[in-house]
Amino acid sequence: MTDHIPVLIIALPLLTAFILPIVGMINTRLRNILVFLVIAAVNLMLISLVQRVSIGGEVLHYVVGAADPLQVIREGLDFPIRIVLKIDGFSLFMALISGVITFVVFLFSLSYIKEGERKNYYQLLMLLIFVGMLGMEFTNDLFNFFVFLEILSIASAALVAYRTDRKHPPYAGYKYMLVSAIATSFLLMGIALCYAQYGSFNIDYIHGMMKYTLLDKMALVFMLVPLAMKAGAIPMHMWVPDTYSEAPAPISALLKTASMASLYGLFRLSFSLFGNPLEGGGMNYHTLGWIIIVMGVLSMFVGVTMALVQNDVKRLMAYHAVSQTGYMLLGVGVGIAVHAQADGGSAFKLFGRVAMMGGIFHMMNHAFYKGLLFLTSGVMARRFGTRDLNRMVGLAHRDTFTTVAFVIGALAIAGIPPLNGFSSKILLYESVYQFSPLLSIIAIFVSVLTLASFMKVFYSAFMGPERKDMIIDATPVSKGMILGMSILCVLVVGFGLFPDLVVGTIVEPAIESLVTIL
Amino acid sequence: MTDFFLYVTVVLLIFFGMVALIYKRNLIKIVIALNIIEAGINLLFIALAYRPNGTAPIFTLAPALGELKMVLPTPQALILTNIVIGFGTTALMLTLAILTYQNNHTLDIRKLRGVENND
Repeated sequence: MTDHIPVLIIALPLLTAFILPIVGMINTRLRNILVFLVIAAVNLMLISLVQRVSIGGEVLHYVVGAADPLQVIREGLDFPIRIVLKIDGFSLFMALISGVITFVVFLFSLSYIKEGERKNYYQLLMLLIFVGMLGMEFTNDLFNFFVFLEILSIASAALVAYRTDRKHPPYAGYKYMLVSAIATSFLLMGIALCYAQYGSFNIDYIHGMMKYTLLDKMALVFMLVPLAMKAGAIPMHMWVPDTYSEAPAPISALLKTASMASLYGLFRLSFSLFGNPLEGGGMNYHTLGWIIIVMGVLSMFVGVTMALVQNDVKRLMAYHAVSQTGYMLLGVGVGIAVHAQADGGSAFKLFGRVAMMGGIFHMMNHAFYKGLLFLTSGVMARRFGTRDLNRMVGLAHRDTFTTVAFVIGALAIAGIPPLNGFSSKILLYESVYQFSPLLSIIAIFVSVLTLASFMKVFYSAFMGPERKDMIIDATPVSKGMILGMSILCVLVVGFGLFPDLVVGTIVEPAIESLVTIL
Repeated sequence: MTDFFLYVTVVLLIFFGMVALIYKRNLIKIVIALNIIEAGINLLFIALAYRPNGTAPIFTLAPALGELKMVLPTPQALILTNIVIGFGTTALMLTLAILTYQNNHTLDIRKLRGVENND
């Protein structure tokens, strides 16, 4: 039974998703319980793997459809066939993020999305996004990666356009689907270039055979640019504000995690597929690292300056999402740039590793506090019937819990000490300073601007006199919404207070599995 | 020589698709452009798998082949998957285009520009 956990984690939500509309027709309460059980079961299975994979350092393989699923290379062959799932520290780390956020989003949407609003399909698509993320994170097969990316994109686009009766969501959904379709088409072209040379889709196998020809370099470009596009890095960020602001609030939180899965793909491919930097190889990793760093710094700076001038609360948060993605790219970019240096990896041991740790730990922290902020923005937008900050005032008088949650999220995103944003940003500041002081100063400056723009939101929406006449929807915040937000609050505060525990348990193995080349 | 023309066709299809994608302003025409690019990439995969004078990749025929070669089966299976995915993408994008037209009474992206806050 425990051997089959890798495939069960993907198959369980996938199969449940398709029986969901039928169950929903019979009884909606039964459907809610079913979805709850499935998401909880997947989360429990993921947590049960932590002991083996993260702490024990084991790498789990699973060959889908084989007689003996644990035997990666069949007898008599010297290359792997069939689709192979591979769970190492980094996969599990990302899957845990997806699991927690999906669980929270499910709790939040229980009453946020009304039963009359085609909730059957909402939950179906939500589960499909979950499947897409898990599949991308677990697979060791390039084509399978592509298929799960498409599942993720199609389900996300449908959910972005969920409120079809309004003016803008269908166009936002169209835009997202267009960007995804272009990105995935070119990703497939990169995969074709790899297949043409090595005759396999298995990431580990191709990595072992890698000859770093011109075609490989083209394949690298064709794979990394689309994934950066899906992750929302500058200059391919144009879809982010429209999409995140038009989607229902819980879905914005889920979309953020979905683009994190693309970021996972970017890091995974640049290390596990194309990287063997310590031995040199034929590729200039210093340049690759610097390209990622420049992309990151631009994302950070342009994102935050665009956020400062927004009046729409969700667009503002979406631009901050672009800006925070820059931190992750910066951290891992520094890691890649120094990993390849001719000094035999001493710079990497000195600070490159810590920079990568900061970047990857920031992914988890970002998913949590940004999810929290998007959820509170849902409460704000529903109360006032608008997303315009100029038409919001005095929310703190009636929604105390939302106010506290927002303050926690806002302070965490700005990197204020006892919260989780600080614990990953301090790792980044320290290590990037040793690489290039200027980059570190830009990073700190961007944090200050982030704080400034969230102060603006806090003052205009939560402070001020209580204005009952401006409130359109006065239904109290339901238990599910409070529970969802409090889970994230606890995680944000807890990860800020005990960062060593988290870094030691799951972040270190994630780095280890990225940089160790089998 | 056949190979050469196949790859030229691939490049031309992707190139024309990109040109249409960049210069067309109509939501429906953008979907068509995307389909052309997808067709180009599908053709690339099939061209990679093609072996001149090869036979169909059927397992039971394998012992009787002798000198003959088989075309590669995996890319064909994958392209079948990709065609289905492309069908899903196209259907969804056209649906969203219809909804956009219903709500905004235009398909021109220059007029749709700027998602404002007015809900």
